[in-house]
Amino acid sequence: MKLQRTNRLRAAAVGALAVSGALVLSACGSDNNSGGSGGESTSKAASNIKCGEDANLLASGSSAQKNAMDIWTQTYQSACSGTQINYKPTGSGAGIQEFLQGKTAFAGSDSALKPEEVAQSKKVCKSGQGIDLPMVGGPVAVTYNVSGVDDLVLDAETLGKIFDSEITKWNDPEIKKLNPDAKLPGTKIQAFHRSDESGTTDNFTKYLNSAAPSAWKHEPAKAWAGKGGQGADGSSGIATNVKQNDGAIGYVELSYATGNDLNSVKLDTGASEPVEATTDNASKAIADAKVTGKGKDLALELNYKTKTEGAYPIVLVTYEIACDKGNKKDSLDAMKSFLTYTASEDGQKALGDKGYAPIPDEIIAKVRTTIDSLS
Amino acid sequence: MAIENPPTQGAARKGDRIFLGLSRGSGIALLVIMAAIAVFLTWRAALAISADEGNFLTTFEWDANGDPPVFGIAVLAFGTVVSSIIAMVLAVPVAVGIALFISHYAPRKMATTLGYVVDLLAAVPSIVYGLWGALFLVPHLTGLYEWLDQFLGWTGLFAYEGGAARSLFTVGILLAIMILPIVTNVSREVFRQAPKMHEEAALALGATRWEVIRISVLPFGRSGVISASMLGLGRALGETMAVATVLSPSFLISASLLDPGGGTFAQNIAAGFKEAGSMGRDALIASGLVLFVITLLVNGAARLIIARRKEYSGANA
Repeated sequence: MKLQRTNRLRAAAVGALAVSGALVLSACGSDNNSGGSGGESTSKAASNIKCGEDANLLASGSSAQKNAMDIWTQTYQSACSGTQINYKPTGSGAGIQEFLQGKTAFAGSDSALKPEEVAQSKKVCKSGQGIDLPMVGGPVAVTYNVSGVDDLVLDAETLGKIFDSEITKWNDPEIKKLNPDAKLPGTKIQAFHRSDESGTTDNFTKYLNSAAPSAWKHEPAKAWAGKGGQGADGSSGIATNVKQNDGAIGYVELSYATGNDLNSVKLDTGASEPVEATTDNASKAIADAKVTGKGKDLALELNYKTKTEGAYPIVLVTYEIACDKGNKKDSLDAMKSFLTYTASEDGQKALGDKGYAPIPDEIIAKVRTTIDSLS
Repeated sequence: MAIENPPTQGAARKGDRIFLGLSRGSGIALLVIMAAIAVFLTWRAALAISADEGNFLTTFEWDANGDPPVFGIAVLAFGTVVSSIIAMVLAVPVAVGIALFISHYAPRKMATTLGYVVDLLAAVPSIVYGLWGALFLVPHLTGLYEWLDQFLGWTGLFAYEGGAARSLFTVGILLAIMILPIVTNVSREVFRQAPKMHEEAALALGATRWEVIRISVLPFGRSGVISASMLGLGRALGETMAVATVLSPSFLISASLLDPGGGTFAQNIAAGFKEAGSMGRDALIASGLVLFVITLLVNGAARLIIARRKEYSGANA
């Protein structure tokens, strides 16, 4: 009996292996395809990279940066084969923890270091402290699935009320006022938020809290604080649920909205035209940000109430976090060389078609000078 | 004579000693590992609980990264226990049915095939169950939810207000499917070992097949089925990915099982861990400690039940 059973298990395992093997293979295939289109520009951009000393560069953090890091790493390593870059998308919190414990050379994070984290960083940076370098931006799209509606305009006020379950039907007068021409059905609104803690939630609620404080009274945080609605795991979880449910609305990074063919809300910011969620429009909003970090720290404060024409204010800015002084000696040179590339014009341009917004010129220039001075 | 002075005595003693050492070592290793986990959990949990500004047992909130940190496990304990109970209620009768069918009713070939399918069910990774649950089960449960609301809505337990069916009840159904193979397999082995003599004696008295099972197989297998259920319950209590994919979590306890919301320990740890700061991490570990204690209590209870019926010694070993 026992023998027979192990055989059966073995057969099952072989079957499962075959299936997963096929999945892995096909996954690799699609990866190569998407990377292939950028192949030519990759080799051209690679020629401008100044390599550092060979090193093994470890980093971890924000998963929102993962795709950007993949592209950068690929290009950088094709020019500097002596340097191995390993970026683990563990999430911002875990990335900062690993950086503070001295396990990684730099961290990727969706939010700037908190004061107590800066204090802790003095231990690992010895002579210096941890600083924030804004490196990639990205619009957070509000996607929806309402049958018969494919052009929807909302503002911060209505968004706040929808996500706090104060507006519960799609034909609510407040939504009608913003969309006089749309045929809004009486469907129940199903608002989806992230159930895992996330920088996307943090930035989305920062926007709501700052642009519509009367409609959204909760403190912005990585964990969802709103009333009602449904939670879903990860951006892909939200995209799937919005797609599956008529009457659904949710917020995701732009690439998830375009990747799943979902409609995105146009924002009425007070500018003459409602603004679409695009990378260009996100860059315009980031250009309106103030640098609030002190010294070499370049932490940004976004202006969520911006009324600049074409500026889309729900944006996420992700940082690389390193020491200003006292970085690890063996990887310092490689890190400076890699970050110089990511902040360069080529590095920033490489991201446009992946749903990322380049950091505007004035700010990225400061980032470049700061990277140059890292020691 | 041979016993007093066996020719291979030296070798046998050596072998005995090595084997004794190995098996004793394994036993000790198990205790050391468990103790290490318990000490780690308790130490980190103590840090978090002493910093908690809410009541760790009764607060309906989880803001461990906040300043001050406020968190409590009430919702998680409720969700974990309720979804596991739903899973047990749905899975155990079906599993016992399948086990009896395989061991006593099905023709041999069919029994083998069925056993194979059950094993296959056990080999599916939980994230695949989660994806299946989120993409297939949830959209197809709306009909059942409406039906439950129509006929049982008056109890309050099954009131349904529309929306995606991502509640503790759906999680319970999914967990039931996930624990089905383990409960079935263990029960099947137990039923197979029911003494043939008893069955034949029952047949000789003119019992029908159902009566044979009722008077000779089921009483013999009862404690085995209980320990099988406990193994399944262990999996249901600790299941993470499938729950995280299907459930719409929130820190509220709803009267209706069909309302989206609630949460489980393992799901909450998976959801919070990636972005947790050091306090958040300790708070999650503290919730892990509670799950550890609940699992210990459940296992202890199962031991007690089994100890009361010693007929089947296998479950006690």
